[in-house]
Amino acid sequence: MEILIIIVAGIMIGASVYLMLSKSLIRIIIGTGILSHGILLMLLTMGGLKRGGIPVLDDSVQQYSDPLPQAMLLTVIVITFALTAYMLVIAIRVYRELGTDNVEELKGVPREDD
Amino acid sequence: MTDILPILPMLVPFIAGIILLAIGRTNVFLHRVVASLTGLLLIIISFFIVAYVARYGMVVTHVGNWEAPFGISVVIDMLAALLVLATAIVTLAVVVYSFQSIGAAREKFFYYPMIMFMISGINGAFTTGDIFNMFVFFEVFLLSSYVLITLGGTKIQLQEGFKYFLVNIIASNFFVLAVAYLYSAVGSLNMADIHNKLAAFDGDASIMSLIAVVMLFVFATKAGLFPFYFWLPGSYFAPPMPIMTIFGALLTKVGVYAIARVYSLFFMDNTGLTHQMLMLLAVLTIIMGSIGAIAYSDMKKIIIYNILIAIGIIIAGIAMMDEMGTIGATYYLIHDIFIKAGLFFLIGFIIYRTGESDITKLGGLIKIHPVTGWMFLIAAFGLAGVPPLPGFYGKLFIVTSLFENGHMISGIIVLLSSLVVLYSVIRIFISVFWGESMDFTKLKPISYDKLLFSSFLMVIIMVAFGFGADFLYPLFDSAAQSLYDPASYSVYLLGVE
Repeated sequence: MEILIIIVAGIMIGASVYLMLSKSLIRIIIGTGILSHGILLMLLTMGGLKRGGIPVLDDSVQQYSDPLPQAMLLTVIVITFALTAYMLVIAIRVYRELGTDNVEELKGVPREDD
Repeated sequence: MTDILPILPMLVPFIAGIILLAIGRTNVFLHRVVASLTGLLLIIISFFIVAYVARYGMVVTHVGNWEAPFGISVVIDMLAALLVLATAIVTLAVVVYSFQSIGAAREKFFYYPMIMFMISGINGAFTTGDIFNMFVFFEVFLLSSYVLITLGGTKIQLQEGFKYFLVNIIASNFFVLAVAYLYSAVGSLNMADIHNKLAAFDGDASIMSLIAVVMLFVFATKAGLFPFYFWLPGSYFAPPMPIMTIFGALLTKVGVYAIARVYSLFFMDNTGLTHQMLMLLAVLTIIMGSIGAIAYSDMKKIIIYNILIAIGIIIAGIAMMDEMGTIGATYYLIHDIFIKAGLFFLIGFIIYRTGESDITKLGGLIKIHPVTGWMFLIAAFGLAGVPPLPGFYGKLFIVTSLFENGHMISGIIVLLSSLVVLYSVIRIFISVFWGESMDFTKLKPISYDKLLFSSFLMVIIMVAFGFGADFLYPLFDSAAQSLYDPASYSVYLLGVE
């Protein structure tokens, strides 16, 4: 099961690399989103997928699954959410101010004409 | 008291930031007052922490009373305490400098709260004892830095801000990946606990070399080491001077601190690979930085490339991981925070006064600003490491350590880089302050007493830092001890606080 999830994570990271190497700002942002999802899958797999009971203190349960990767996962999801939202706002501002969403044209020192 | 003490450096600016947000956009004067009072308070707290750590040793708080390897611990050893102190001093100077330089529009749009949140994140990254918590604090100060780099919305800021954003998001994602690998290999997130487990482990630890490479990719991107510095000159060039100062003086140093901490605590198994890699990248960083520092005639670019040279020198000291090298590296690290802040301040003053940043269009300023001119010369000598200014002692220790360990070529490159640094900064001094006088009627009629206050404060602290090197030596010895003798960092797990 872990091997399967790791392969899925690898495919997602590969897809995100393809998206981030394209020239459109929106594709790049979607690429960062998929990258973080792939890496979160890896993080989840690293604690071992569900093997025991839920991690709540109970004398009858002998084996618990590891709660720590799930806690870390939630933290990273929240952070990624905030980052993606802010990045989309910046992308809109870049498009409005510089008049392009092509990263090839985001070079050099742009002229301030206001 | 000791329970709350280690948390204060991150808590105080955080609360100040929330208060500033609550004040709202209308009262800029109140923003200034709260921000500078927070700076002062931070300086007092960090002086107290340094004195406390010097007297009683490392100070530890287990947040929420969870025992050490399970909960998050906040650990301040001497290295973290000194960095927090330097951060506090630079914060106050930047806040005061901003009064007359950042402009009312940016001040209204929550400039000071963002500075406060960023300082909170930086202090958190310095003081935390937990690797995942360090990631969270990295995100805290990076999010504030994304806002600061685009604040104002000029074209260059948006364009370079987006690239800065993208590079750092990718690096942060890989930070999570490295933590995931580390967790699966070691099964702990507390840095001292990881060290203890790895030190007690005598099987095959070659997976740690892989983690070392991933971690190096992450922190080298943040710090601006050789192959990953490509974003740094462009992005740091975009924002206004006070923001650029706090980026150049502090943000890259957090990356260096993280490399030092992680490489001393985790990767002591295969140092032939990991630390050699660090050494090679450091030397290449110095070379690339030197080329950039000579190539440009824009003052901002010259100093930005000087950041790279300093990063390379500090990392070279850290890569040696012996007593001599790490003492030199910690001393040079603190020195570089002050000197870079001072130089950025002085150059910012020249840019705000003349409206030009190209040294070929400036000249003869010493007739109008003699004191500033000589201060700039002192700062330039300090950066290059002319004795008895502090850059000299740091480089002396690092180069001695390099030669002792048989890295002749690296040592010679570090020494030669001093000449390049001296040349690049003296070139600014000669063509801006000496030379043919520019048209003085074009000077902007700005008020600049606070700009000069911050600049001179930094230069004076830097000079005092150099003359007090003998007096400060015990502090840096104990700061470096947690790097070259990582077992001394993890003693708090044994319950002997």
